Amino acid sequence: MDFSTFINNLTPAAIFFYVLSFLTILCGLMVVLARNPIHSVLFLIGTFFCLSGHYVLLNAQFLAAVNIIVYAGAIMVLFLFVIMFLNLKQEDEESKTNLVKIAATIVGGTLGVIMVGVLRKSQFGSYNPYEFDSQVGMVESLGNVLYTDYLLPFELASVLFLIAMVGAVMLGRREAGDRHF
Amino acid sequence: MAFSIDAAFIIKAIIILLIFAITLLIATYSTYAERKVAAFIQDRIGPNRAGPFGLLQPIADAVKMFFKEDFIPSHASKWLFILGPCLSMLTALMTSAVIPFGDSVKYEAAPGKVWDVAVQAIDVNIGILYVFGVVSLGVYGIMVGGWASNNKFSLLGAIRAASQNISYEISMGLAIVAILMMTGSLSIRHIVEQQHGGNWNIFYQPIGFVIFITCAFAECNRTPFDLPECETELIGGYHTEYSSMKLGFYLFAEYINMFVSSAMIASLYFGGYNYPGMDWVQAKLIAAMGEITGHNLATLVGTLVFFGKSLFFVFFYMWVRWTLPRFRYDQLMNLGWKGLIPLAIVNVILTGGAILYLKPLVVSLLK
Repeated sequence: MDFSTFINNLTPAAIFFYVLSFLTILCGLMVVLARNPIHSVLFLIGTFFCLSGHYVLLNAQFLAAVNIIVYAGAIMVLFLFVIMFLNLKQEDEESKTNLVKIAATIVGGTLGVIMVGVLRKSQFGSYNPYEFDSQVGMVESLGNVLYTDYLLPFELASVLFLIAMVGAVMLGRREAGDRHF
Repeated sequence: MAFSIDAAFIIKAIIILLIFAITLLIATYSTYAERKVAAFIQDRIGPNRAGPFGLLQPIADAVKMFFKEDFIPSHASKWLFILGPCLSMLTALMTSAVIPFGDSVKYEAAPGKVWDVAVQAIDVNIGILYVFGVVSLGVYGIMVGGWASNNKFSLLGAIRAASQNISYEISMGLAIVAILMMTGSLSIRHIVEQQHGGNWNIFYQPIGFVIFITCAFAECNRTPFDLPECETELIGGYHTEYSSMKLGFYLFAEYINMFVSSAMIASLYFGGYNYPGMDWVQAKLIAAMGEITGHNLATLVGTLVFFGKSLFFVFFYMWVRWTLPRFRYDQLMNLGWKGLIPLAIVNVILTGGAILYLKPLVVSLLK
């Protein structure tokens, strides 16, 4: 199949898929390649957006919205906060010695090799597109599964969050006689 | 690759364009209304030079904004400096997509074949979450703009605005959780439809409403929570370095946010396009004008009622601005974290209890 027939046979969903995938990979690469950490964070937000677009294409609207709210809306704002206060604008040359670069290459390369190996070995589950329930990603079915089949893990995760929250409050608590300003 | 264009598509496109245009128009005239309301409350005359009653004042303001020098500070990060106001405007305009402005428009494409198009840009089944996602992104416009200005006051103002928005988003979400427990749907259209017949959520959720409107004030950076802009401490806050239409975008986005949050309040707590006696009006109109025209006219009346409710809350924003003094920043944080969040959690628990025990009791008593 040559390229022009491939382009002509694309459905609108497929066009969205390819454009989104291209943007996702581009943003992901820019996270690593950008020199300024603020730009990296903004590209990471862009990556989350593209991933949410993929969720919408898979008809998992709830997951898409929650991905935006939690990652792009809450966690990345805190990232931005910290980085803005650190004032990393001028290039910090000390952290870019050859030793650090070699170590980073080895670690990243090893991770890459492991992921390629896992991908080669793994079997992808197959599904029948004609019997596939398009409503499986909707809020109702997700809630049903969470509160029946996965009730215990779900409740345990919420307890874990509560512990994390209490821990954060304890760490940030003002001691008696302690003033921050 | 073919997109089919039919009558429903064209009606939908017109509705979306109209919603967009009306949102912009209302935001434009909110700037005028703000000055007029301020003048009325302070016993002044207000703008009355440009056009009759000063009605051309917003246009004069826009022209002034456009003709001012568009200045970018020398050490500012240029692209992010431009991106900031764009993001603010974009997120402000995106929210109105899921708000149901009216019931539906009927159109007879062929005899016996009637299209029924909802007066709403998109009816997604996660409407409220969509609004939350977009609102939580609104912070980026401010933060990016404040940081890119390369000015300490801008950065401090941006940090202030962002932490205020994040803090109040939580209690806002918890206030809405109580409504979701009652309706069992995330779609704003479903929530509005369930308030049909005077069943407005304000009667069931008075605490939730107070929490929600307080948080809406904080999210829009309106008085008494207009802390990001503070002349004595921070000069202009995050938009200190901005001039010309970039500043205009920031200011204008605030008015759009005001209108959209008013529309959200109207649809979540005050029945949206429902009004007392709407069934009677619809029956009369259908009897007088026929099935399709009558239905469309009834929808139009409902939409006008919805705009009336929304505009009342826009007025309420302005009323509060000239009535209440502003908070201090630590008071704002105390109110958000120690006042509103516990109150919202209590509200969620009370709602849960009422649904579990009170409702069966009332139902059994009524039998």
